[in-house]
Amino acid sequence: MFQSRSRSLFRPKRPIDQSVLKENRKLVRDINRRGLLRGAVSLGALTMLTGCDVTENDSVQKVLRAVSAWNDGVQELIFRPNHLAPTFSPSQVVKPPRFNAYYDIEDVKPVNGATWKLELAGRIANKQPWTAQQIYQLPEQEIIIRHVCVEGWDYIGQWSGVNLRSFFERIGADTTAKYVYFICNDDYTESIDMATALHPQTLLATKYAGDILADPFGYPLRLRTSTKLGYKNAKWIKAIEVTNDFRETFWSKQGFNWFAGI
Amino acid sequence: MSTTTMTQVPARTHRLHPLPLRIMHWINAVAIFIMIGSGWKIYNDDAIFGFLHFPDFLVIGKWAQHGLQWHFFGMWIFVLNGLAYLSYGIATGRFRRKLFPISIREILATVGDALRFRLRHDDLTHYNAVQKILYLGVMCIGVLIVISGLALWKPVQFSELAALFGSFQTIRLVHFLCMSAIVGFVVIHVTLALLVPRSLVAMITGGPAVDDGPGATTEMKAH
Repeated sequence: MFQSRSRSLFRPKRPIDQSVLKENRKLVRDINRRGLLRGAVSLGALTMLTGCDVTENDSVQKVLRAVSAWNDGVQELIFRPNHLAPTFSPSQVVKPPRFNAYYDIEDVKPVNGATWKLELAGRIANKQPWTAQQIYQLPEQEIIIRHVCVEGWDYIGQWSGVNLRSFFERIGADTTAKYVYFICNDDYTESIDMATALHPQTLLATKYAGDILADPFGYPLRLRTSTKLGYKNAKWIKAIEVTNDFRETFWSKQGFNWFAGI
Repeated sequence: MSTTTMTQVPARTHRLHPLPLRIMHWINAVAIFIMIGSGWKIYNDDAIFGFLHFPDFLVIGKWAQHGLQWHFFGMWIFVLNGLAYLSYGIATGRFRRKLFPISIREILATVGDALRFRLRHDDLTHYNAVQKILYLGVMCIGVLIVISGLALWKPVQFSELAALFGSFQTIRLVHFLCMSAIVGFVVIHVTLALLVPRSLVAMITGGPAVDDGPGATTEMKAH
């Protein structure tokens, strides 16, 4: 069914190939159907999670995902809340940054910054939505850090925006809550643990290399944290929720490690 | 262990490969199989060398996430079993007896014999100099692949360790080269085991009884 064996999930190497896209759509529908059927006759959500994998044996997946969850716990244990990631000089910054998403760069749907608003939900005292202009007025922090993709590539990027911890203080977020969820304009979802959210190098970024973010890289607002793999850094954020409930995210549903710390 | 206790041990002999060692050997074989197969899957998503892609029938995991799942599952088996193996080898004196001393003269002689196809394997209980070097070498590589793996997995949490390697891509390269060395070792190791089937059988049944002589007390105690 899949011709492109080593095709990257994160960094498509070729322009759109319509036939591949069509096949993928078919697979997605197929997966949903199987997942629903399986969910209906099984004990519930656990089996739904395996719906995305049509080849690997269910019980094998169960074991591997249990180990992955165990690895989440291990990563939480070894996380150093105040340990800073190495930073770099402006001369090392790659421009433009490298694109990563679950689709090709040509398929990016730009967000209209004039009408866009950041919605807030969950354990937050002041849930007043924010416009892009209001966010630009906030004190800005800049970090030049390494982006590490789960695939193995990396590049140095220069990001600026509002420090997430200070933003949380401003909006009265409950920083004793466990998780921070990001809902994105492209239906992507991502979540991070609170310790990472409060890390000094975790930003709601609005700029790259001093300029307002370009569309493919998350305009107008994206997450940029130095302690997570690339896919955890949600782009085109439209809502942030602070919560104690764990929910699977776009990639974790498909079997990628949730914590994804580096 | 005192000499008094020594005399109380009825037989001073044991199997060439004691049971715990055989168990750890085969667990390690499975762990290495998982780590290499899944590592090749992960490698394919961002090849270090443009000319090198591992074919699908050689990799473990259909999609990227499955390769990653296997790799971060296998690592626990490889590391925990490896630690147990190294501790066992050191604590029982097995490494000291089997792998040391290595003399330059012996190495040259063994290489000479090998080149003239005169290597003898009559005595399974004695390792020649080349075997000693290969076994010691692959153990060092095993340690280095774990260290470079840690630096790859957590270049920020273990940034001090990662800094020793230089750039992130250097860590990947070191990890890759260690894998290549292990694959090379496995090819030689398996080929020779098949050429001298008794050695393969010994790793399953335990092999001949051996008497380690003086200095073997620690291993005796372990059994």
